[in-house]
Amino acid sequence: MAGYILRRLVSTIAVMVMVGIFVFLLLRLAPGDPAAMIAGRSATEEMIAGIREQLGLNDPMPVQFMHWVGDMLAGDFGTSILAGRPVLELLSQRLEPTLSLAILTMILAVTIGVSFGVLAAWRAGGFVDRILTGFSALGYSVPVFVIGFFLIYFFAVRTHWLPVQGYVPMSNGIALWFMHLILPTVTLGLGFIAFIARVTRASMLEVLSEDYMRTAVAKGASSYAMLFHHALKNAGVPILTVVGISFAYLIGGVVITETVFNLPGIGRLVVDAINNRDYPIIQSVLILTSGLYVLINLTVDLTYMLIDPRIRY
Amino acid sequence: MTLPAATLEITPTAPLGFSGLARIARRHPLVLIGGGLLALLIVLALSASLYAGDPGNMDPFKRLQPPSAEMWFGSDHLGRDVFARTIFGARISLMVGLASAACAALVGLLIGILAGYNRMFDNIVMRVMDGLMSIPTILLAIALISLTGPGIGILIVAIAIPETPAVARLVRSVVLSVRERPYVEAALCGGARLHKVLWRHILPSTIPALMVQGAIVCASAIMTEAALSFLGAGVPPEIPSWGNMIASSRLYLAIAPLTIFGPGICLAVTVLAVNLLGDGLRDMFDPRAKRRR
Repeated sequence: MAGYILRRLVSTIAVMVMVGIFVFLLLRLAPGDPAAMIAGRSATEEMIAGIREQLGLNDPMPVQFMHWVGDMLAGDFGTSILAGRPVLELLSQRLEPTLSLAILTMILAVTIGVSFGVLAAWRAGGFVDRILTGFSALGYSVPVFVIGFFLIYFFAVRTHWLPVQGYVPMSNGIALWFMHLILPTVTLGLGFIAFIARVTRASMLEVLSEDYMRTAVAKGASSYAMLFHHALKNAGVPILTVVGISFAYLIGGVVITETVFNLPGIGRLVVDAINNRDYPIIQSVLILTSGLYVLINLTVDLTYMLIDPRIRY
Repeated sequence: MTLPAATLEITPTAPLGFSGLARIARRHPLVLIGGGLLALLIVLALSASLYAGDPGNMDPFKRLQPPSAEMWFGSDHLGRDVFARTIFGARISLMVGLASAACAALVGLLIGILAGYNRMFDNIVMRVMDGLMSIPTILLAIALISLTGPGIGILIVAIAIPETPAVARLVRSVVLSVRERPYVEAALCGGARLHKVLWRHILPSTIPALMVQGAIVCASAIMTEAALSFLGAGVPPEIPSWGNMIASSRLYLAIAPLTIFGPGICLAVTVLAVNLLGDGLRDMFDPRAKRRR
């Protein structure tokens, strides 16, 4: 048990080191002088030399890498080239919209997706199942931003039911905050609902064919108890795995959704950073999101034991 | 020494005549629908200059026009024919999608086979793959593109790199199971060299899984291209692509919705076609999966 956790921790750290090396090399192996790129076209020779010194580009690569990692571990993720302020400060200012969107989307996707999947498996081949099949084909095929513009057109532009775009902080009123997040959440959530529902359905179908499910029916368990008490618990491991994996897609989706709905979140910050070649921001977001992804999946792995006591390492 | 078992294993990749294709189409309608739709889109995109107008032609007097017989999807904010741009945009989307899927499939295949056969290589490369997989696709592609600025070549590479680990893992898992099969052992005992066994026996058995995964990667690559172009990190704005058309028309959603929905629906239909083809191929190669789903 402790051995397993330790092994998982070691492999997690190994993955993070890989990500670190990769992100580090990305900037160094890029064609052209990074200092010149950062300085811009109109920079003088001294400015470039100054930036090179400031970034420590004159040191040997391994030294640079250790410095870089050490700084990050100490909470220093560098300074934004454009804004001239610490990256971490910029990120924390943009955290609220992004977190709001991500958490609401996850809540929506898990509740609707799991119940949809359970119903579809309960009457496999039935009405709900067919709707799910068609819906998930759409959910997989229509890109997030196309869904977004459709929803904006029908629920904001034509009907004026919901705001077209923008974000209202939670401190300005929960209702207003929620109204502005309904469309982005549904936009981003549709694909996840399809994804989670498909996996739930497949996993439930497997469990429903087990002997103990027949026993549960035979002893007179109600449909509700059968599905949610006996079957869903046993079908939980693959569902949880998928929720963990889909975090990476969630981040990609957040970047696009924030652009469609003009939410001032971390996604917008990254997109603006591409146009301005603000590498410290891009780098930090890469490291932080993949770190979060690895952490979430580590947690998911360790949670297996809680939902399925048969799993012991 | 003859090894009949090997020929049995590779029947799915045996050459097919016309009657064989017809049989596949009858038994697996998804392959027919998806493949047919995709073929139609490719033909329409390639023959675009025969029937669609000039996508770059601007007419300031015909800005944001509604659909007409002359311009089926109306015109955009610069007076350009949205239908022509959508059709020409299909070229970019299909080319980038297919090219990045092909790159990812080839590199993934190579890495997967080597990793399945060499422990040292496996340990090192699979850790790199784990690292790549933990970076969200869009962010990784954005980071790669931001190094050089938008362009078709870097776009294909930037989309292919995040897709490669999944292919490599899949191929590796197939290789790990196939290498224990009796016919592979028999071939090695029979004195066949390792590279020959890899080429003649191991490689063919990875093809079905690779084709299914290839379709999934292709669908995802087309979506990633559109998303990157939409974010302004993909195809340069002077070349029409579905993503950058939607991005440049977003302010005109209320006045001229077709400038967004035209390319948007084409994009969705294309991805749907590739997904259907992938689903059909999976059912074809793994009939048990169909019953399970």
